[in-house]
Amino acid sequence: MDARRPPRAVIDPKVRTVGFFTPPDPIQFDSNSLSPVMIPPPCHSSENLDLHSPPSVTPPSGDESVSVTGSYNGSSSELFPAPMSPALSQKIVAGDGGVGGGIVASSFPRGGGVPVCKLTTVSVVNTDSFAFDERDKPNKGGGSSMEVKDQAMNSKQKNEKSSKAERRALQEAQRAAKAEGNKATGTVTSGNLKSAKATKPPQKVDNTSVAASEKKGVDRPSEKDRKKDVPHPRMQYDDKSRVEKAKRRAVVNHTESRNRVELFRHLPQYEHGSQLPDLEAKFFQLEPVHPSVYKVGLQYLSGDISGGNARCIAMLQAFQDAIKDYTVPPEKTLVRDLTAKISSYVSFLIECRPLSISMGNAIRFLKSQIAKLPLTLSESESKTSLQSDIERFIYEKIILADKVIVEHAVTKIRDGDVLLTYGSSSAVEMILLRAHELGKQFQVVVVDSRPSLKGKLLLRRLVEKGLTCTYTHINAVSFIMHEVTRVFLGASSVLSNGTVYSGVGTASVAMVAHAFHVPVIVCCEAFKFHERVQLDSICSNELGDPDVISKVSGRGDVNHLDAWANAENLQLLNLIYDATPSDYVSIIVTDYGMIPPTSVPVVVREYSREQVWI
Amino acid sequence: MDFQVVVLAGGVSKKLLPLVSHELPNALLPVANRPVLSYVVELLELSNLKDLIVVVEGKDTALNVGAWISGAYADRLHVEVAAVPEDVGTAGAIRAIARHLYAKDILIVSGDLVSDVPIGAVAATHRRHDAVVTALLCNTPVSGPLESVSSGGKDKAKKPGRYDLIGLDPTKQFLLHIATGAEVEKDLRIQKSILRSVGQVEIRADLMDAHLYAFKRSVLLEVLDQNGEFHSLKHDVLPYLVRSQLKSEVLLNGTPQAEENGTEKVISQSNQQMLSQILANASEPTFHLRHELSTNGSDSVRRTHKCCVYIAGSNKYCARLNSLQAYNDINRDVIGEASHLSGYSFSSHNNIIDPTAELGAKTTVGPHCMLGEGSQMGDKCSVKRSVIGRHCRIGANVKVVNSVVMNHVTIGDGCSIQGSVICSNVQLQERATLKDCQVGAGYMVTAGSDCKGEVLTKK
Repeated sequence: MDARRPPRAVIDPKVRTVGFFTPPDPIQFDSNSLSPVMIPPPCHSSENLDLHSPPSVTPPSGDESVSVTGSYNGSSSELFPAPMSPALSQKIVAGDGGVGGGIVASSFPRGGGVPVCKLTTVSVVNTDSFAFDERDKPNKGGGSSMEVKDQAMNSKQKNEKSSKAERRALQEAQRAAKAEGNKATGTVTSGNLKSAKATKPPQKVDNTSVAASEKKGVDRPSEKDRKKDVPHPRMQYDDKSRVEKAKRRAVVNHTESRNRVELFRHLPQYEHGSQLPDLEAKFFQLEPVHPSVYKVGLQYLSGDISGGNARCIAMLQAFQDAIKDYTVPPEKTLVRDLTAKISSYVSFLIECRPLSISMGNAIRFLKSQIAKLPLTLSESESKTSLQSDIERFIYEKIILADKVIVEHAVTKIRDGDVLLTYGSSSAVEMILLRAHELGKQFQVVVVDSRPSLKGKLLLRRLVEKGLTCTYTHINAVSFIMHEVTRVFLGASSVLSNGTVYSGVGTASVAMVAHAFHVPVIVCCEAFKFHERVQLDSICSNELGDPDVISKVSGRGDVNHLDAWANAENLQLLNLIYDATPSDYVSIIVTDYGMIPPTSVPVVVREYSREQVWI
Repeated sequence: MDFQVVVLAGGVSKKLLPLVSHELPNALLPVANRPVLSYVVELLELSNLKDLIVVVEGKDTALNVGAWISGAYADRLHVEVAAVPEDVGTAGAIRAIARHLYAKDILIVSGDLVSDVPIGAVAATHRRHDAVVTALLCNTPVSGPLESVSSGGKDKAKKPGRYDLIGLDPTKQFLLHIATGAEVEKDLRIQKSILRSVGQVEIRADLMDAHLYAFKRSVLLEVLDQNGEFHSLKHDVLPYLVRSQLKSEVLLNGTPQAEENGTEKVISQSNQQMLSQILANASEPTFHLRHELSTNGSDSVRRTHKCCVYIAGSNKYCARLNSLQAYNDINRDVIGEASHLSGYSFSSHNNIIDPTAELGAKTTVGPHCMLGEGSQMGDKCSVKRSVIGRHCRIGANVKVVNSVVMNHVTIGDGCSIQGSVICSNVQLQERATLKDCQVGAGYMVTAGSDCKGEVLTKK
């Protein structure tokens, strides 16, 4: 520890100049607080889920079914035919009437109608065992849990003692260090700290994972610092053993594609053909996943939803649905259980398609909202509050942000301009449409690229609205750039060194524009900003389906690569994103105004903290 | 996943007449010595769908079916049996149980489906597109014996049965047209509006509607409610929904938000609009959406709904037991090429002989055969590609080829049975020859009789 401190002292000021903090201590590496932006599913958190979620989901139903079985068995197990027939005959009457009367549902009193004759009520072995587990727990551990409750305040300490002593010592030291730091900066979080301690519910320590989350709970008060924890190392997909491990857990059955480009082996790449049918076939087996979340996952996987904003909105709306239908299982607290639940949904979504940075930020927001729920709120109140939080996030961070961006960016469009855009960005589209509404005279050049051809969709919508457009592919960008006066680009994310992380091809467009001295205006909502620094597009990226680049849609005759997919010496690379260095970006339009790329860290530091995540 | 499953087990079908009766309704007709309903139920169980509503026509049949289910699936499934009057049709059956339906989507399966298509896939497709109805389509089954016996071959070359004519969009995801093969006489009518907005319709005759539908409950019940004359899901409801997909009249539970007041509401509405705009722009617009948006001057917003299809892969087996021919075919397939469906493990000779069955000397049981428990066979018999039920007594020198023999059948010496179905408790006296016959339950075939293509039932 002491050995580690001096270097930090040296590093700290350096980084601060860019508005960016190193983690307080590299060891305080908290598996649960991984930033959801990280592409691969981190092992620990979802292992927790695997351990926790099944009991959390099934017990209620299991209990019910067991109790039901009991009553049925008592009444009708052996005398099956006897109780059967009256019920049947009633049912038949109902059927008769229904057909005759036309309106079925209303013509019969609900209460009077015997439910359709119950033939067999059945409990499956699985649920049984779950139910028993659940029952046993309270019985066995009843006494102890009471004890725990009695000394709620102390219990936490105990738990911590039970976890590894080393870690605890370390943590204490950290806390002390932090407190000092806080004093120095003048922000005192002690009140906060206390409240969090008091509100911490007693919980049994099942395994280390719980211990870990407990630790997180302790850290939570100093929320400010938690964010700066070392990000969980991204899973490297060339690490065979870890990939194996991850696969065993996975819901979506991935087949690794064989020929991967050497440089990108650390990224997940799967055979795309088999994923969708496989996931579809498992539709009813995935009980823990909420139907809405499942639907969104399917839509990600099949490509029905793409684009940063749309994916983010779809995800948040699915979470809203999930929260609406959520009930706290007995013996659990909403804060903890819902967080786990959301994490399980997130890891499911990651399996369908790696998260975008904007989604990561949204998830972080949601989780912090859950963590901040006061314990005094009732279940329904907290659910409503969370739902309105999500609503607010969508409204403020996406819709309102877009409106503001449009108002800012429109001022940059003058009569006679020729605007170039690449791909399809919702913000850019709104800007163009707004400028057109305002009666500005300008031309649009839509540059597109295979295989996604998103520009086509944008083009269709622009032309429908009556804009003058030119459509070309990226091959011709150097030719068309002569005539262009402004380049408007969307972004998947803007990183804190000013790098614009966006759909592949954006970088080349920006560079060409730079070479021709055409200003490049990037439009990006502030919730997509991220504190990460990235210098290239290799270490973190997403690989798409390699097959789509070898096939040309609508041209069955262009099939030269058809049988080549498995050739040893052919590797297909379908990158999804690339990183545009900040040198090629003239200005970034965000909801906080138009800023140069060098000011991104300021936005990340100032705004993301106070207004979004806290 | 908020799905409810309704199995339409039917009653006593006229098409299967000599085989079925009130004691042995359609659902319980044995296929490879298992009631046909068990194939559906087990397929559902495989998909983790353990909460079923089985609708049966007729009271007695319902009792029979219920008794069988409770015996076979007690402790495994939660099954409710509902009896509806006969001849109400599939639509009527759903009307009758409408008040027990509460889930968001309803999966309706025909009880005579023998298939291994993953049901989850249909449901997932339904959900993914947020469709009103999703139908499972499968390749039309090959009918008639695969390799006909050397002698047969005259009228075996009959043209393949016309099943359904199905119109699909170029992505093969949406259903644009459906007509039953039998109903189409000369010309096929396709709506101009659909053709215009889709641009390209692919008409397929090699696909068959497998009678497995996922319906949005609210829409299904509304359609049934408003159109009292609808009798069948396949012939009335599905075509209606497909026809009206671009001028939707079904109430698609519009914007559910209504609790905000005043200005809030206006804001939230414009937000909703913008949200849906962003979501819609994110993907390739379907023709539904394009049609909705292309409101050239007309005042009202066009409303559409989606009718989707899930096309089973060609490696999946899918057949419906709805005719005598199909009964023979399915029996053949289940012990033959689709043997994984039967749930039995085949011996090295590719057949199943129950250990309690007794075979006489020089008796051969060929591949793709099945011999139920307690059956006895005399000497020098030969069984090829046939199913023989439980406790049958078969004399010496009997030939059984391409046939189905149900339980407790007595067959005298020297009989020859080809391409026939023999129901339970039938007695065949010596030297009877049956070819392509169906023998009803309890019938007695007199000695030496020679029947060809006849239906023999007890008066």
